[in-house]
This record gives sequence, C-alpha cells and structure tokens, in this order.
Amino acid sequence: MSASEAVIRTENLWKTYVMGGVQLHALHGVSFEIRRNDYVAIMGPSGSGKSTLMNLIGCLDTPNAGEYWLAGELVSDKDEDELARVRNREIGFVFQTFNLLPRATALHNVELPLVYAGVNADERRKRATEALERVQLGDRIHHRPNELSGGQRQRVAIARALVNQPAILLADEPTGNLDSTTSEEIMRVFEGLAEQGQTVIMVTHEPDIAAHARRVIVLRDGLVSSDDKRATFIKSAGIAPPDLSASRKA
Amino acid sequence: MPFAEAIWLALAQIRVQKLKSFFTLLGVCIGVMFLIAVISIVQGMSSYMENEFAAKLLGVNTFTLRRFPWFGDGAGSEEEWRAWLRRPRVYHTDLALVQSVLPPGSRSAVESQDFLQAQTQYARPKQVEGHAVDGDYFTIKKYDIKTGRAFTSQESTLGVPVVVIGDEVAKYFFPDLDPIGRPLRIKGTPYTVIGVLEKQGSVFGLSLDRVAIAPYNSPMHHFTNPRGDVDGIMVQTPTALLLTDAMESTREVLRGRRHLRPGQPDNFFMETSESALAFMDKLKKVMTMAGTAFPAIGLIVGGLVIMNIMLVAVAERTREIGIRKSLGARRRDIMRQFLVEAATLSTLGAVIGIILGILLAKVVEWKTPLPAAVAPWSIVMATLLGMVVGIISGVYPAKRAAALDPIEALRKE
Repeated sequence: MSASEAVIRTENLWKTYVMGGVQLHALHGVSFEIRRNDYVAIMGPSGSGKSTLMNLIGCLDTPNAGEYWLAGELVSDKDEDELARVRNREIGFVFQTFNLLPRATALHNVELPLVYAGVNADERRKRATEALERVQLGDRIHHRPNELSGGQRQRVAIARALVNQPAILLADEPTGNLDSTTSEEIMRVFEGLAEQGQTVIMVTHEPDIAAHARRVIVLRDGLVSSDDKRATFIKSAGIAPPDLSASRKA
Repeated sequence: MPFAEAIWLALAQIRVQKLKSFFTLLGVCIGVMFLIAVISIVQGMSSYMENEFAAKLLGVNTFTLRRFPWFGDGAGSEEEWRAWLRRPRVYHTDLALVQSVLPPGSRSAVESQDFLQAQTQYARPKQVEGHAVDGDYFTIKKYDIKTGRAFTSQESTLGVPVVVIGDEVAKYFFPDLDPIGRPLRIKGTPYTVIGVLEKQGSVFGLSLDRVAIAPYNSPMHHFTNPRGDVDGIMVQTPTALLLTDAMESTREVLRGRRHLRPGQPDNFFMETSESALAFMDKLKKVMTMAGTAFPAIGLIVGGLVIMNIMLVAVAERTREIGIRKSLGARRRDIMRQFLVEAATLSTLGAVIGIILGILLAKVVEWKTPLPAAVAPWSIVMATLLGMVVGIISGVYPAKRAAALDPIEALRKE
C-alpha cells in the first residue's frame, strides 16, 4: 500500500474532552490509513471513541494532537471555513437519522452541497437529478422527506452525499433507524458504490453491518484494537457471512 | 451561497409560516405606514403652500412692500416686535415713488384691508373682508370677474362707491338675486355692486370668497386703515429676474426717502412668496420631526420583534444549521441566510406599510382639508429603512446561528 493511494492517513490522533473539570481521553493515538476505493467499517462499542473518530474524519472537529491527511491535504490544522470547504468537496455524509431538510424536496436536498460549492442552478439540477437516478429515485425527485419511506430517505441522503463526487462517503450508523429488510437494501447500495470505485467508510456498532465492508477497524477505549480483512473479521466475530450476491447481480 | 438563493430561501420560509411572519413584520409595517402617511401629508401641505397659498395670496413674481412681514413665524422676540411697531407706516404717497423706479411692464397696486360689517335688506348683517385697492390689483391677484365688471380708472380716481364682491358675499347677501346694480352697505355707506368674482376656493379651510373690493379713494379706506396709511404696495414684474431688480430699486428709493444711512437696517419689508415659504420650511421641519418620532418608535419595536423571532428561529432550526454546516456551509453562508431572512421579512413589512401608508394618507386627504402627496423618495427611503432595520435586528441572531458547532447542532432534536 503506497502513500499516494491512501485517501486517508491519520497519525497519532488525540482527542481530549474536558467534562466537569475531568479530562476525558476519547482517542489516544489513533493511526491508520485507508486506501482509495476501499470499503471500510469502523466498529466499536459505545464509548470506544468511534463517534469522536467519525467527527474527526468528517472534518466536523479537529484533533488535539496528531495529523490527519485527507486526499493529500493536511486537514488537522485547518480553520473552520477551510474545514467547511473540505466537507463540501471531499466528504459525503450519510447519517443515522438521514438529516434531510424536512420542507425541501428530494431534489433540493440533494442540490444543497452544490449550492455551497457555488454551482449554478441548471448544473445543480442536472447533477442532483443524476445522483437521485443513481440511487433509483429518479421518479421521486419532487417528493418531500415525509412522503418517502425510511429506505428512500436514506437513499436521498446517499444521493446528496455523492452529488459532489467526494473523496470519501462517510456513513454514521446508516441502518440504525431502518428495519432489517431496508437495512439490507441500503447495504446493497453501499456495496454497489464500492464496486463502482467509491471509497466508503461506515461507522457502526453492529458486527452484522460491519461484516459487509472489505476491511473492519475495531476501536476499543480510544485505540485501534484490531484491523482485519472481512474474512478474518467474520471468523473472529463468529457471525454468519452476509449475502452479497444480490448486489453483484444489481 | 449566492444572494438570490438566500432570498428565495427566505421567501420560502415566510411562505410556510405565514401567520408567524405576519406578526413578525407587523411592527415594521405599522411604523412604516405612519411614516409614509406623515411624510405624505407634510409633503402635500408644502406643495399646497407653494402652489395654492403662495400663488393665491401673494402672486407670482410679486412682492408686497409692508411695514413688517405678514406671513411667516412673526417677530423673533417681544423687542423685535416693538421695533417693528416703531417703524414708519407705508402710505399711498409711497406708491408714486415706487412706481417711478419700476422696470417697464411692471404692475403695481395699493392694498388696504380689514373685516367690516356689511348688510343688505335680504340678509342679516355679516362681516366681510373689505379691501380698498387701486392700480392693477385685479390683474396682480389674477381675479377674474364672473359677472359685471371691475372698476374703471375714473371710478378709481374719483373714489366712486362701487364694489366688486366675492362669490360667497354675493350668495349670502343676495340670495337668488342678481347682485349687479344692487346696493351693499358697508359700515353704513351704500356701495353699488358692479361685479362678482369667480369662485376662488379656500386656503386651509379659510374662504377666499368673502371679499368686498372697493376703490381706494372710496370711503372704504377710512375704515380699513383709519390712519391714512396702506397695508402694502403690491408690485408685479413681468419676469422673475426683473423682480430682484424692482426690489433693489424700491429699496434704494425708499431708503432715500426715509433718510436711512448706510449701515442702518431697512425699516420696511418686501414680502415675496419665497419669504413667506421660508417659514413653511421651518414648519415642515418641525412637523416632520414630530411626525416621525412615533413611527421611529414603531420601527425600533418592530426591529426588536424581528430580532426575537429570529432568535427563536435559530433555536428551532439548529438541526437545519447543523445539516447545512455538515454539507459545507461556512459561517458566512449561515450568517447571510439569516441576515437575508430578517431583511426580507422586514422589507416585506415595509412594503406592506408603504401601501397602507399611502392608503392612510389618501383617507386623511379625503376626510380632512389636509392635502397629501406621496413623495417618491419617501417610498425608496422606507424600503431601505425596512431593509436596514431587518439587517440590524438580524445581526445578533445570525451571528449566533453562524457560531453553532456543527456536531452539537446535528445532535439537537
């Protein structure tokens, strides 16, 4: 794995919170690399620091110490507005609670990142429509979130995450609010995107979901406790391998 | 985020919360409404003064030589007033002197007026505005005769007791009769009515049709100015340029006759429509100040309401702000969004206020003698004012929104 291929490189990331006068080390020295086009799950129980790590990877927060390189840029010491630009260009978020604007149509929701990127209205509409078609929602572009099912909402969120062609797709418990059938449907979307070469990073606490990724990083107490390929992870976790055949067909 | 986008977003926000938006912009709306109404009325009064009052009472290209100014805000102090009263009077004999220096084509007339008791056999006695005049009085005042005629120069010189009366006088003293040739007794002296003036209308509710005009040499002037002086000498020049010349030469000869040394101030006054309107400007300033104080309070309250509502909106939409930030909105994008929203709300309020203000001004015009004229600049000003109020009251909420931490904001339910 050469450095040029790495879309993410973290070196010795530290994050400390002060709560009620007590220092709380959420991360102490996390280092790893993620290659371009990889499909990685970050797993860990609650309190393991995975949310903190997700916020750092998503450029929503900055580490107290250590370096974070994203798509060849050192982003760990950038200021707020520069981070906003990085989030806009390089990161596509998919949240557990979808986080769509309730009053905006699917199309307008997907257009949002392009609005902040300064793309003109015609181009925005074109690209947003394409992104929605990519997640099979071409016939739902004028629906509002409350007119869509959970799975459809999450697919709108995925379209929104992809519309700026980001370096990484960052999903935070993407199936947490979905039933198991819909979860499978969303996981197939991720699998399909990974097949097409999109770098996907998924944060989850469910081993079954993590088992869909090609590589699983497990965090424990603010440190990387294991970093395995899927097969190894499935074996060590003792879970049934997920059925990935459906996505291959699709 | 482009500006147009922000406005579109703000309008969408207002559309989904119609009632709330309405109450939010009510303060600004009412403030602007009264502002526009007050300015329109003040503006209307002043253009009325210029067009009606100045032209009707003072005439165009005209000055009136008087002991002291009649129109205006009076003497500045008791002392000045006493000094004015010590000044020599203007006499009929001054007319010939003034006439001798006037530019060719000028007209002149003496004027002397007072309220005098009049009566006929057809009506109860009533006061009329008696005028004892000569020269080109009718021409200078632009009085048109409806029926009958003005007096001839012969009648004028001889002081024949004839009278030209105003429309109201004719109607009151000669109900359903032709007044021409009939006698009108003024202070006991019978005058023959020879003409009736066209209706002149009124200025600020004061009728201009209560006049009875007789030759200066008739007995009338003994009652209007018993001391033998006149109220003023009116001079009209053919052009505005010549008016200055005429005033200057009149000043010279009169100072000469009165033996004023250089450095001594004039002991007379030449009143023009401009000198009378100078006072109107002062009045206008005072009225505008007083009239805008109340709307200004309305605007301040309106601004506070907007600020309050925007703070609530920021709290309510914390999650939206978090989403936008996670998608790449910078501080200034969020700031702009909320500033534009506050400004749009407030400007919308101002626009509604402008419309209501114009309507209010029209209602006032319709129900009272106060005229109203909507000044275009006041509309522009009110719109800008609405925008500024919105921006000022939006700054604090917008700053708070922009400063939100995206992680915290996303966590908010």
